[in-house]
Amino acid sequence: MPVVIVDGKEIEIRAGERLNAIEAAARAGVEIPHYCWHPGLSVVASCRMCLIEMGTRDPQTGKIVMLPKLVPACNTLVKDGMVIVTNTEKVARARAMVEEDLLLRHPIDCPICDKAGECRLQDYHFQYGQGERRADIRPITSRKRDIGDLFLFVDRCIMCSRCVRFTREISGTSELMIVNRGTHEEIDVLPDVPLHNKLSGNVVDLCPVGALADKDFLYKQRVWFLRRKASVCGLCATGCSIWIEENQDRVHRIKPRENMFVNKWWICNDGRYGYPFIHHPSRIRGVVRRTTSGQVAVGWNEALREIEEKVRTACRPALCLSPFLTNEEAYLAARWMRNTHPESVIALGPVPREGEDERFPGGFVISAEKCPNRLGVEAIAHGLGNGVLGWPEFLEEIAAGRIDRVIVLAGYIKPWLDETQAETVRKANWVALADLFPSPLSDKVDLLLGMATYAEHEGSYVNRHHRLQWLQRAVRPPLGSRCVGMVFWELSGRTGVYQPRTVLAELAAELPYFSAATGEIPDVGVDLRVNQLAPSTAETQASTA
Amino acid sequence: MENFAPVLLANIHRPDSHTLGAYEATGGYQTLRRALRELSPAQVVEEVRRSGLRGRGGAGFPTGLKWSFLPADHPGPIYLCVNADESEPGTFCNRVLMELDPHQVLEGTILSAYATRATTAYIYLRYEYPLAFRRLQAAIDEAYAAGYLGKNILGSNFSLDVYIHRGAGAYICGEETGLIESIEGKRAWPRSKPPFPAVEGLFRKPTVVNNVETLACVKHIIERGADWFRSIGVPPSPDDPRDPGSFGPKLFCISGHVNKPGCYEAPLGIPCRELIEKFGGGVWKGRRAKAVVPGGLSTGVLTADELDVPMDFMGPVQKGCLGLGTGGVIVMDETYPMIEFLHNSCRFFAHESCGQCTPCREGTSWALQIVRRIRAGRGRLVDLDLLLEIADNIGIIPGTTICGLADGAAWPIKTAIRKFREELEDYIKRTNPTGYKTRRPVPALDNGTPSHKASPVSSHG
Repeated sequence: MPVVIVDGKEIEIRAGERLNAIEAAARAGVEIPHYCWHPGLSVVASCRMCLIEMGTRDPQTGKIVMLPKLVPACNTLVKDGMVIVTNTEKVARARAMVEEDLLLRHPIDCPICDKAGECRLQDYHFQYGQGERRADIRPITSRKRDIGDLFLFVDRCIMCSRCVRFTREISGTSELMIVNRGTHEEIDVLPDVPLHNKLSGNVVDLCPVGALADKDFLYKQRVWFLRRKASVCGLCATGCSIWIEENQDRVHRIKPRENMFVNKWWICNDGRYGYPFIHHPSRIRGVVRRTTSGQVAVGWNEALREIEEKVRTACRPALCLSPFLTNEEAYLAARWMRNTHPESVIALGPVPREGEDERFPGGFVISAEKCPNRLGVEAIAHGLGNGVLGWPEFLEEIAAGRIDRVIVLAGYIKPWLDETQAETVRKANWVALADLFPSPLSDKVDLLLGMATYAEHEGSYVNRHHRLQWLQRAVRPPLGSRCVGMVFWELSGRTGVYQPRTVLAELAAELPYFSAATGEIPDVGVDLRVNQLAPSTAETQASTA
Repeated sequence: MENFAPVLLANIHRPDSHTLGAYEATGGYQTLRRALRELSPAQVVEEVRRSGLRGRGGAGFPTGLKWSFLPADHPGPIYLCVNADESEPGTFCNRVLMELDPHQVLEGTILSAYATRATTAYIYLRYEYPLAFRRLQAAIDEAYAAGYLGKNILGSNFSLDVYIHRGAGAYICGEETGLIESIEGKRAWPRSKPPFPAVEGLFRKPTVVNNVETLACVKHIIERGADWFRSIGVPPSPDDPRDPGSFGPKLFCISGHVNKPGCYEAPLGIPCRELIEKFGGGVWKGRRAKAVVPGGLSTGVLTADELDVPMDFMGPVQKGCLGLGTGGVIVMDETYPMIEFLHNSCRFFAHESCGQCTPCREGTSWALQIVRRIRAGRGRLVDLDLLLEIADNIGIIPGTTICGLADGAAWPIKTAIRKFREELEDYIKRTNPTGYKTRRPVPALDNGTPSHKASPVSSHG
């Protein structure tokens, strides 16, 4: 195997692996600072922060010959016998010089800059820069420019050109460009072509300094107050890996989480800016029972008792699962239903779709299917149910009077059923609904339960490519609301707090489709299609459904 | 050296020297005719390689070697770019060739394209040469009409199309990969190498970029043979195994404080003093030279004591200059203050830095900021050390930039400060008697407001 020596430490790389010196050094635990290089973008080697000393070791004699000059690590592909040295005086001087250069015209307005705290210019300056300013003193300028989806703080820019390359290579929209030359260079857009595309938010993450700022996040929080939880975006079937960043039970921003199997480094603006519904004031809270004298709030214990009793005593109860539930919630609910009433049926809620899949030149796809877990919920329904009903059949069965009691677990973000459909569901003699927002159905049901959004429950989703990923709970549901998993955990007679990991283990043991999810779920998720010798019936049904 | 007769400039004084008729009357295109009939492309390459011809554009890279880097079995197309973006301050030799003998340049271009198997040649001409553009374009039209260009040139199966691409006035377009990007219609940001253009150049195809004067030399090498070329100039130094020698005639552009500024042809290795005295007619007004730029501003300065240096590719290097450069000799007389030289060169390179690499973009403008302040009478002695530190840290020689522009920016600073430090210190002390000793940062001259452009949509906060 090829061997590379980084600061005297030998590391092995796989044959045929294309790594640059930054990536190779990272494997040896050595950080090479860089601004312009990004693994997802083309290499320009222009910031010159990643300069290293490079040499080669003669395979026979073992003698090391170093190059006389510095080379950019980002543009140096490692090969067998390459020697990378980052801890010399020469490298340190070059880094300090670049840091000093970058601060010549930088306004250093960190106290009012959104990026402060996660800014590379700050971090690198403390780590590699020098304390003393040698350049002439100039008053600061901090020009803000509205370039469309974002703000551009012109003077903070260090000209790494990441954002420009992103719009050319990944989003394919090419709105951003560099105008003028030398120190007069600025990022800009053409007057009538603002930065406006569904991936534009990513350039804020790419910007190593505070030059590009989110309009949504601007001046809202200092980043060091935020705590981040690894999660999965619940807004479409792509299932991007995300960080949910919150402070005091309030989500303040969503950031992409690197996952080479799903979203690489990017997320779309729909997912990034689509979180405010979580804190929307019209969310359904707590439990409401409809009585002849109107709607009254009831406690959870009473609600659980009612559900249990109504299902047990029904002729033919039905459970409707929406594609917004986690696997664990769907499994707990379906298993309890089947155990409680042998005649019970399981139905699937409507699957929201909008237009067609949107594909970008960089490979990113926004799914037309606007729900996170259709495959998982369908696999569970088919695995546990006794003849699963689709949404139209479900409505027909109720209308025909063949289903008497209904539990609908919804969790839809956008309107999902119309007045007629709500009337049809209401034809059952008892209806319980768990949902996020008021709908035509919510004021007709007997029992209305507030539930949790993707930021508020823990569990797993299966994305459009059968990849199961784990969500951490980032914030608590609104006061009084509970996640569906907890409801059925208690109904199942289990003690203690709801433990989705335990549930997933049971699920993996019971349904072959989920067998790959046994054990710890890695950050990038697991592909449920691996290790399956033959496609199970559940999977075939799920994928053809 | 006494019996040297001009070759490249032999015909420029004839009437209508730029027309095809005048060119053919002096044996023009006969070399091409003979080469297409008798020589294979490989033989042309070998002849050029054997001649020891080095690029005349500034870096002095051996031309034959550059051509040999082209992949041998490439299906094509292969491109030839003619670098006519002559923007080095003090240089105008390509201009003379293109305006007064464009067919010579064309014949060299066609021969070189034949040697490199290129089927398209782009002449990258700087916009500021309108006469050169008109004459070159007329020459190309004449050559097409006479069958020297186009399909099946002179009945052979070699075809070549030549296009003129006019630049928009950026120095960086003279850098070969910047030039390639510019022809492709992009910002002229030099590419990081490797891959070199010979492997992946214009439109991602193998490309050769040669200077106008280099190509003119090719014509004469094929006409008179490599041995004739090697009889002119300086053989390789026996002490330096990496020196390929400096052969052939070279155009020198003499400007500045001389009596007869102009473009002259001399054998490589002619002493700088002889160049100034014999061709330039000596320093004007009976004064003595104080400093001389040997080969375009990028190369730095020679002092009056260093003028016996031979003007070959190694000569100026031994005196601390960047190299022979383009052969643009700028003479400054004894009354000329070096701070003006520094200011002029810093201003040029700060203005022309393409802005891609941080050390060059910021370093050149920082240097200009300091020099401006010194010139305005607010200099500090530490500024000279700071300038030297900036200059030592930019360029491809320390490895901190992609292209050589920053080296060119650094050398005038380095040589001027190292060779004329006393004068500069005197200037600082004289103009800033109260503040020259301070080491603390001082307010900037330009007050920090970006004067170049008022942003139409900007607002604070």
